[in-house]
Amino acid sequence: MSATDRPRAPATASLSARLIALLALAGGKHALVLGGFSLAATGLLAVAYGLTREPIEQSAREDLRRSLEQVIPASIHDNNPAADTVQLQLDGTPLLVYQARQAGHVTGVAFETSRKGYSGEIRLLLGIDERGKLLGVRVLKHTETPGLGDKIEVTRSDWITRFTGKSLGDPPDAQWAVKKDGGPFDQFAGATITPRAVVNGVRDGLRLFAAHRKTFLEEVSP
Amino acid sequence: MSPSRDILVDGVWRNNVVFSQMLSLCPALAVTSAATQGLGMGMATMAVLIASNMLVSLLRGLITDEVRIPAFVLIIATLVTIVDLAMNAWLHELHKVLGLFIPLIVVNCLILGRAESFACKNSVALSALDGLAMGAGFTFALTLMGALREIGGSGTLFSGASTLLGPAMGALEMRVYPGAGALVMILPAGGFIVLGLMIAAKRAMDARQASPRVQEASCHSPKPVAAAS
Repeated sequence: MSATDRPRAPATASLSARLIALLALAGGKHALVLGGFSLAATGLLAVAYGLTREPIEQSAREDLRRSLEQVIPASIHDNNPAADTVQLQLDGTPLLVYQARQAGHVTGVAFETSRKGYSGEIRLLLGIDERGKLLGVRVLKHTETPGLGDKIEVTRSDWITRFTGKSLGDPPDAQWAVKKDGGPFDQFAGATITPRAVVNGVRDGLRLFAAHRKTFLEEVSP
Repeated sequence: MSPSRDILVDGVWRNNVVFSQMLSLCPALAVTSAATQGLGMGMATMAVLIASNMLVSLLRGLITDEVRIPAFVLIIATLVTIVDLAMNAWLHELHKVLGLFIPLIVVNCLILGRAESFACKNSVALSALDGLAMGAGFTFALTLMGALREIGGSGTLFSGASTLLGPAMGALEMRVYPGAGALVMILPAGGFIVLGLMIAAKRAMDARQASPRVQEASCHSPKPVAAAS
């Protein structure tokens, strides 16, 4: 806007002019260069974020759907568990539960549980049927040693699939452990902490389900 | 030697980032527990390095000397963040495998080092070539270290290549010998051992090549050149 448009403009203009002069005195050219770069970088990042937000969310949803498919067999439900969720409050901790239903009746649930591994959190997705039997377990995220602890991923080893069909009584509660600790589950050569954490995490998840079975299976009209 | 050939030889071998400049040792030690990961990290870094070199070279007239370092850091960080977002959005499978390494590229001193010592003084084309050469050298170093550690530690080579680089690369996956190897090779200590051996080998080769010249030079210079090489 030119100075003639508004009566107060000249005062503002001279103020900003003085400011620029002050900046120039204090080596302002560099400040302007850096400021310009920051501005351009911010603009670019905003554009990139805007362009990628939708595809990223979509792939995250796709990932979740695919993981759920692996822990809840398609034969036991006719709904979309990824969209059929209930937010539970169990002993004060919130838990998001994906419910699988057959003709409205809840036939199984899936939920996340996490356990500290060798280097950071291991996030597991558990699928449990209405009788408390494991339908499947998958690792969603972990930061275990590549080449050593990452055999818990289904793409690297079938180890994680051996949980399918197990429940709290099978093996008996005291034997929910890796072989080194007297249980039936294999550890990996050179890595005991990671499989132990997964076994314990799965057991904790089963215990949680057993303690709140009614709440988990409650039929909430969608 | 022509300048472009010089840049290539320099980047890939003579002045190799890891084995000669001893830069970027952190990713070199951290991700090389398997050859595939070294290859993946090397290629991701190379892509960013080429782009950042070109961008810095393009903007070198605008950047004043006093603020060049923060300006470079800003350019590199912006670039890496955009690459990270774009890969997550459009190359999601690859991002799941490499995702962990990408933010690490920001703090890779190789990128800032090339911006400072090459790209801000040279044309865009030469800077791109330098990025390619240095990136290829980095990839070579990481893949070699990863291969040695994987063979020694797991008895396999390029395991998981099909998940990282597409099913076509599955042909690379092989088992060198049955059973697990020496565990120490996959652990951090193995990284230091292999890196040390590689640097020693590189220096021995350099010394062998340079030995006639070293003797000649030492007649004139008070300090033996070999110690400074």
